[in-house]
Amino acid sequence: MLQRSSVEQELEREGSVNKPTMTMKTSALSKEELIELLKQMLLYRRFEEKAGESYAIGKIGGFCHLHIGQEAVAAGCITPLKKDDYVIGTYREHTQALAKGVPPEAVMAELYGKAAGTSGGLGGSMHIFGTDVGFMGGHGIVGGQLAVALGIAWGIHYRGGDQVCVCFLGDAAVNQGAFHESLNMAAIWNLPVIYAVENNDFGMGTKFSRVSKTEMSQKSASHGVPARVIDGQNVMSTYADFGEVVEEVRKGAGPQFVDVQCYRFKGHSMSDPVSGTYRSKKEVEDKTENADPIKILCDHMFDSGLLSPEELQEMDGEAREVVKRAAEFAEAAPEPDIKSLYENVYSEANPNGRLFFDGRVI
Amino acid sequence: MAEITYRDALNQALAEEMDRDESVFLIGEEVAEYDGAYKVSRGLLERFGERRVVDTPISELGFTGLAVGAAMVGLRPVVEFMTFNFSLLALDQVINNAAKMGSMSGGQVTSPIVLRGPSGAAFQLGSQHSQACEAWYLHTPGLKVVAPGTPADAKGLLKTAIRDNDPVVVMESELLYNFKGEVPEGEEFLIPLGVADLKREGGDVSIITHGQMIHVALRAAEQLAKKGVEADVLDLRSLRPLDVESILESVGKTNRAVCLEEGWSYGGVGSQVVSVLMEEAFDDLDAPVLRVTQADVPMPYNKKLEAWSKPSVSRLVEACEKVCYV
Repeated sequence: MLQRSSVEQELEREGSVNKPTMTMKTSALSKEELIELLKQMLLYRRFEEKAGESYAIGKIGGFCHLHIGQEAVAAGCITPLKKDDYVIGTYREHTQALAKGVPPEAVMAELYGKAAGTSGGLGGSMHIFGTDVGFMGGHGIVGGQLAVALGIAWGIHYRGGDQVCVCFLGDAAVNQGAFHESLNMAAIWNLPVIYAVENNDFGMGTKFSRVSKTEMSQKSASHGVPARVIDGQNVMSTYADFGEVVEEVRKGAGPQFVDVQCYRFKGHSMSDPVSGTYRSKKEVEDKTENADPIKILCDHMFDSGLLSPEELQEMDGEAREVVKRAAEFAEAAPEPDIKSLYENVYSEANPNGRLFFDGRVI
Repeated sequence: MAEITYRDALNQALAEEMDRDESVFLIGEEVAEYDGAYKVSRGLLERFGERRVVDTPISELGFTGLAVGAAMVGLRPVVEFMTFNFSLLALDQVINNAAKMGSMSGGQVTSPIVLRGPSGAAFQLGSQHSQACEAWYLHTPGLKVVAPGTPADAKGLLKTAIRDNDPVVVMESELLYNFKGEVPEGEEFLIPLGVADLKREGGDVSIITHGQMIHVALRAAEQLAKKGVEADVLDLRSLRPLDVESILESVGKTNRAVCLEEGWSYGGVGSQVVSVLMEEAFDDLDAPVLRVTQADVPMPYNKKLEAWSKPSVSRLVEACEKVCYV
């Protein structure tokens, strides 16, 4: 028997009939779909664990925000998309890039700052791009990508295409002006964009309730953008519910706002403790124990006779192998050439006049 | 050659490029039904429809970000800021996204965006509506910046900017919209970025300037001529890329230079030109290079104080005389 999500239980407890929500249609998922979701989440978990290890020994620098605990968001929201749909994300985007089809080797090489990375080592953890598969970047300024997503959706609308653009944002981004400007314009022009909040309840170390008088699900109302609340820890409902939203938007429903409720098992970035002054160790332990998206899916599949421990072990072994190869590739890849620094600042060399004033000769 | 206004020259550039390339669209406040706050987009809605001439809410950050995203998927947006004063609300999208996207994506993304509108002071509009914004944009690698001072330059530079594959900031001038001048006809009238134009030739001092200040420079040059001082008036036209060769050529001839700009002095266009001259023309100089700029204060409302604060013909004449030791 599938466990009811904490979101559903909470909604029922509050008896909030006006609260927008979705009904789970998880029973319709096939064994193949479930296995695919499981394989993906295992890959994301192992990938992020490896990134954490590599960061700890100095192979990855800068800021590095892991997605551990939120794998169901990447798997559940991106799997329903087509290749020519677009995804744009925040700086917690490694796994979303993988989910959209960016090769693990290229993502890991970017984290290592190598020439074979997605941006040739010039982007780093927060700026993974894979435009050939519709992954339009990780973006480092909270809220900035919302307006860019608006433009991607504008481009779809301009050309009369049937793609959709999914824009991930953290819960803290709804307090930026960019959020309101973007939702308003998306609504007046009925653009095919889904603003999916990865609502892990903390903007860095600030609990959402401390910085917002209203609830997340109310945030889009004044712009006339429909809101849904979906469970971001149970990948079966994430996938089924988000998939429904995607198809509605594809059919012309216009912009949607989805509160994907999830939880971050690690610190905000690698430089923060997992718990501390802003949340208790017990809270994190409880969530890790009871809301692990991989565990939730595995338990369901074990109970339904769709998965054996041996099969799980084999799949996990495959995920670890992919990640191991990605790390080896990144390790062995060459450093970027100094010349590459200047190559893409402008898209082409200007035949007239001077563009760079640093006086450096390469 | 037809004589048309600076406004109509810009209008022609927009219409011709929208005709030529279906991926070009114009977006901004009041650009469609109102025909543009300064009527630069007059008639374009009727001609191209609301899909390509788009009125927005007052949301500078939002519609500039829209342009960045639309460019990522192959469109060529032209963003009109009602004035560049309001573009400051969009700086995050311009600096953090448009300018950096090429580099931080390893060349996967290009940003063929034009950001245009009037910059600089008109008359008595007060501090928030009277600023020259070049320096905000010049500073950032990844952006190109042009500032046309004549109708012909306005048309030729805007057309080139629209065809350019990088973000180009086109700074117009409110006081020039009614200014008339000859403009070559033909769809392929393009002025390359990074090419300055010697608007007046003289051998004694180089006045290095751009945008609407070229007219101040030309008036000053006339007064100087009456006193026997002949000035080169070098119109940079393009600030990044910067036509360093033409600057060095003019100063190599005159051995004296004065930089004239509308904006504040600290970190302004002139600061960069002076640096170039120090680094690359030190031996040519017979006098320190001087700058004539706006007073280092927020622009006042009072008519007399405003006039005092702006760079003027008399201040420029004085500076030129000083470097010529007359």
